[in-house]
Amino acid sequence: MKLMWFHLMPYTELPDDFNKKHPSVWVDIHSSLFDPRRAHHMYNDFMDELEYAAEVGFDAVCVNEHHSNGYGLMPSPNLIASSLARRTTDTALCVMGNSLALYNPPTRVAEEFAMIDCISGGRLIAGFPVGSPMDTCYAYGQNPSLLRERYYEAHDLVKKAWTEKDTFAFSGRFNQQRYVNIWPRPIQNDPHPPIWIPGGGSVETWRWCAEMDYVYCYLSYYGYKAGLTTMQGFWNEMAKLGKDRNPYRAGFLQFVGVAESRQQALDLYTEPAEYFYGRCLHVDARFALPPGYTTEATQRAGIEGMMTKAANLANPATKAALKATNMKDIVDGGYVIIGSPDEVVEQIRHVASSLNVGHLMLLLQYGNMSKDTTKYNTRLFAEKVMPKVKDLFSDWEDKWWPKPMAKGQRAAVPAYRPPVDANNSVAAE
Amino acid sequence: MSDPKTETVELNGFPCRVWSKGNGPKLGFLAGLGGLPRWIPFLDELAKSRTVIAPSLPGYPGALGHTALDTHLDWVLAVRELLEKSGLTGADLVGASVGGSFAAEMAAIFPGQVKRLALIAPFGLYDDTDPAADPWAQRRDNVAGLMCADPARWQALVAQPEGANSIEWPIEMVRAAEAAARAFWPLGDTGLAKRLRLIEAPTLLLWGEKDAVLPPSYARKFAAGIKGRTRVETVADAGHLAYLDRPDAVANAVLAHLA
Repeated sequence: MKLMWFHLMPYTELPDDFNKKHPSVWVDIHSSLFDPRRAHHMYNDFMDELEYAAEVGFDAVCVNEHHSNGYGLMPSPNLIASSLARRTTDTALCVMGNSLALYNPPTRVAEEFAMIDCISGGRLIAGFPVGSPMDTCYAYGQNPSLLRERYYEAHDLVKKAWTEKDTFAFSGRFNQQRYVNIWPRPIQNDPHPPIWIPGGGSVETWRWCAEMDYVYCYLSYYGYKAGLTTMQGFWNEMAKLGKDRNPYRAGFLQFVGVAESRQQALDLYTEPAEYFYGRCLHVDARFALPPGYTTEATQRAGIEGMMTKAANLANPATKAALKATNMKDIVDGGYVIIGSPDEVVEQIRHVASSLNVGHLMLLLQYGNMSKDTTKYNTRLFAEKVMPKVKDLFSDWEDKWWPKPMAKGQRAAVPAYRPPVDANNSVAAE
Repeated sequence: MSDPKTETVELNGFPCRVWSKGNGPKLGFLAGLGGLPRWIPFLDELAKSRTVIAPSLPGYPGALGHTALDTHLDWVLAVRELLEKSGLTGADLVGASVGGSFAAEMAAIFPGQVKRLALIAPFGLYDDTDPAADPWAQRRDNVAGLMCADPARWQALVAQPEGANSIEWPIEMVRAAEAAARAFWPLGDTGLAKRLRLIEAPTLLLWGEKDAVLPPSYARKFAAGIKGRTRVETVADAGHLAYLDRPDAVANAVLAHLA
């Protein structure tokens, strides 16, 4: 199986009374809480952590896109990915992803992803989320009634821009371009970089992923117990459509905290987990459901009781009945897997097998976890957990993994060296 | 309260319900946020002396087809066609909230379409210095109080009637909100300010004094922009959908203007 290291890049210094004094971590979170000089250190710590994860052997590092969000400091994940392309060598770069309808024209995504693919020697995984209501409809002002149609059209345009050899005109419902001809082109051109779709629990998305042969990713913050219904729904739908149970058709997000013992794990990870589930998911309910964002088919399924849980779980602003913010409930609910290496191994094997998920995206940094603790969690996972779970699903071929240039053909990426000449350094104030 | 007559007209291949009731000269009504999930006392008041015709705009209760409308031009042409098919060409027109914005567009762009105009807190403008509330970013329990001075009036409008399909009814209510969002997201500003000077029809502007969505200052902006004769009246004890809060008072003001 593939073990992927995911960073949300949360702002780590939201005040203790944040939930009392502020209505939302997202959309209208107050600017006075953001200290750019502290963010300088956060960004650099986070990027160190991503590079470290690559160094200790994770199959991929993952970044994602959020806007006006106190737990996601990556409005442009592409900036981080391009830096990672230069600071890692063999690790896949999973950008999870670019919300297509937010880019005007959407060929911008085709271009930037092609750049990352070229710079990295063909290591890009291209994620195409619709985007959350908070990101798309509120922070970015997109019309919720038009968002999905714009998304699908943008997808068609990006894909055509990657695969069409000649300059073409695109006359869509929302996008008109006379001359589409992106430079650069992706290295992965057979036919294009792997496309992965993070989604909630809607049947339409599952069907679309099956039809397009894309990886479906369920990125909930509520762990494997809550995710079981959704993933079972996904596999049932695949069976109905005559698709095999190749676990690499799916991705799943899971928080983990590993230490020498369960008690030590509780000591280390309680504060960051409670920070995340308390402060970071404090989203004002008024940003939960812009009308039109949820399709009528999904609403219908929700009212009929089939999908309510899944649809709600994917959306932190609705939270459903899940509001656990103390460590006991967080762990009991399966939001965060904690324990000694062997205990974590057992749980990871259980998660992967029960959900049948070949791409496990791990959050080993969350909330206000420090760089030291994050690196400890990451190293211990890589050394003591990874070797004991890697064998899972070895019978299946991952047809949705990047196909980079041969190693010998790739550029040698120079490691960073601090300038020795004082004249070369940026002058301090 | 007797039932209105129900007809269905087709618009872009989708059905739109047209309700009518009463006798006398025709009077069109384009409803506000939420549309008309049921017949309301305000329309009965108007029907005492006029033939009231209330077509449902695409996506609002009784009508489909908002999904076919992408641009403001699409919407404006759809409303014009709907008025024609409802037999309202050249009639007096009353519009409220989102429907009020379209009523104003009709009078501006197709002057022959509208004889006299009454607007109840119409959408269409946005003023940075006196911002309108965001009707699409509300906690569920805040909506009724935002729409009406008396929240019970809104709740009565959208309450599921006995015998209604318990799955489709709530979806219809969301669809009405989506249809409004589709045309007016995110600020309610459709550029109508540029077209107000084209409105020559005598226009009554009614505003609930407790309108929590659109500030009363917007009434003055409409009045200042419209070329024809205008009159601004405030409705006491009424919110954004003043015709739900004070059906008699709003109907009387409208009928007096159209007399």
